[in-house]
Amino acid sequence: MSDQHEAPPSVRGMGGLFRELGRKLAAGEAGALLVLLMVGAIWTFFQSQNARFLSPGNLTNLMLQQAAVATISIGVVLILLLGEIDLSVGAASGFCASAMAVLMVTHGVSPLISVLAALALGAAIGLFNGFMVTRFRIPSFVVTLAVSLTLVGLQLYVLGDTGTLNLADNFVTALTGTFFTPLIGWALGILVIAASLAFALIGRSRRHAAGLRVGGIGGLIFRTALIAVAVASSIFVFNADRGLPLVVCIVLLLAVGFAYLTERTRFGRHIFAVGGNAEAARRAGVKIDHVRIIVFVLGSTLAAAGGILAASRLMAVNQSSGGSDLLLMAIAGPVIAGTSLFGGRGSVWSALLGALVIGSIANGMDLLSLSSAVKYIVTGGVLIVAVTIESVTRMRRHRTVIE
Amino acid sequence: MNATTGSAPALLSLKGVSKAFGANQALTGVDFEVGAGEVVALVGDNGAGKSTLVKAISGVQLCDEGTFYFNGREMKISSPQDATDLGIATVYQDLALCDNLDVVANLYLGREIFAKGLARAGYFIDETAMEQRALELLDSLAVTTIKDVRTSVGSLSGGQRQAVAIARSLLGDPSVVLLDEPTAALGVSQTEQVLKLVGALRDRGLGVVVISHNLENVFAVADRIVVLRLGRRAATFDVRGVSRADVVAAITGAEFGVGANIREETA
Repeated sequence: MSDQHEAPPSVRGMGGLFRELGRKLAAGEAGALLVLLMVGAIWTFFQSQNARFLSPGNLTNLMLQQAAVATISIGVVLILLLGEIDLSVGAASGFCASAMAVLMVTHGVSPLISVLAALALGAAIGLFNGFMVTRFRIPSFVVTLAVSLTLVGLQLYVLGDTGTLNLADNFVTALTGTFFTPLIGWALGILVIAASLAFALIGRSRRHAAGLRVGGIGGLIFRTALIAVAVASSIFVFNADRGLPLVVCIVLLLAVGFAYLTERTRFGRHIFAVGGNAEAARRAGVKIDHVRIIVFVLGSTLAAAGGILAASRLMAVNQSSGGSDLLLMAIAGPVIAGTSLFGGRGSVWSALLGALVIGSIANGMDLLSLSSAVKYIVTGGVLIVAVTIESVTRMRRHRTVIE
Repeated sequence: MNATTGSAPALLSLKGVSKAFGANQALTGVDFEVGAGEVVALVGDNGAGKSTLVKAISGVQLCDEGTFYFNGREMKISSPQDATDLGIATVYQDLALCDNLDVVANLYLGREIFAKGLARAGYFIDETAMEQRALELLDSLAVTTIKDVRTSVGSLSGGQRQAVAIARSLLGDPSVVLLDEPTAALGVSQTEQVLKLVGALRDRGLGVVVISHNLENVFAVADRIVVLRLGRRAATFDVRGVSRADVVAAITGAEFGVGANIREETA
């Protein structure tokens, strides 16, 4: 160990913490925090316009609405990390949900089998996308655009003349219709806080035991406090309405699972490598085409899962399921929350944060009864601003390298 | 020939390597050798065949004719994997680094260390072990310019990036390292760092081949200089007791300035 690798004084106080935060904000590294500030601004604005915006009922509805988008966005993040794009996730969610409904309602197949079939269908769509992109080197936006059109057609076909299928009460509608009692909500919340603290402490002690540099204890306390406040206030708000929704737990579990996949496993590392420099990854022995195909499969499967959640929330599927602005929201969300469109940079958490931002704007505008025209213009404008910020920080990063 | 091949068999030697691209004869009957603990500089004008020779050694591009000896035994190199298996590592000019990943991730890309126990089942990476070994590796090469192995490679300087690429090539435990223009586009102090690193490779007993255009660097680091001209081995110099003018003359093929130090190749 040379002196260069020695740990800095472990406690630098809150002043150092805030200086570090300011530096990271300027360098575009504290994306999550910036987005949370954005959410705060959006919420303040809409609350000032309509006092119902921050009511427990509306906030719970916001979460229920955005569960499907967030799920689809997790898949979109994986694909964006590769430096690819999947324009078929919206149509895939609609088609897979429609297929599930047809199996369940028209053919009387059991709900569980129908859900699994829908997910398998999603996987097959992703397999096709990935195969076309890797085998024939067709740009992913072309392949997935064509697939998207095809899926819209298939959706209209399987839904038949009526065009709408209502779901009976069963475990599919229960996905978004189940709320935990306040006690269970608090128990789960405390579990989440304890687990995040435990994992952080274990990781910290392992690094310490290995003689590696560990961050200041102040940062750990700050992070845990932030998580604790966020979790506790969420549970409080949910309990003031119908309780902690099951679907929120499902989406969080998916996010945690895919965050670990991308950040802690070899496969996840290879996703980032392919997105950062595919040729370098290839020369390092990464099977880049396998990585690409698997990621497309995961992306479409998550799209199918999102479609199922959307159908569960609507308690029906129809011809516009998966259509309209779903695709735009699912891709715009992660980009607004800091996942790069150019590959190799981003995080699964940006899917949730992005869904929160976009959902808050849409929900707030609905409360203000704004017209569709205004809603599209505002959402598009937000996206353009977000992409511009991303590109500017990217250029700044390049400049510092050259200097 | 020379001292290295005379006293002990060279670590890696090539005999009669030829390669043609259509009508263009890139290499004609070139011999080449590098010994353990020796830095050989491969110099020559553009189109002299330096890259073609290195590609043949690294298995990226096969030669038409020629035999390869590794530790005195004849070997075939018909793919990059063959070269890697023999213990030949190549650091290309573009370095092949992922700018978005940190130093540790780049060093271990494609050979990540898995966690043990329960976490192994989940294909978790052992970041702690990787970071620990990365620090040890950089320390052993006396790379002190990289302060934080968790910074992304994209934010490093050219010299630091070169150091990461060279350090990565050592993870496969090679005996020969090929460096393609390691100091191109580097500033003075960064060039200094990379040259020190090349010296560290020699001190580890590795055979090092450096392709370079920069004669100043070549003189600073090489033990022997092999000059290619128009696809042939034009001259070999011991770096002690040769002037830069002699080397330039051999590179350009100029008649003047050819001094007593030049041993024109006869083979």
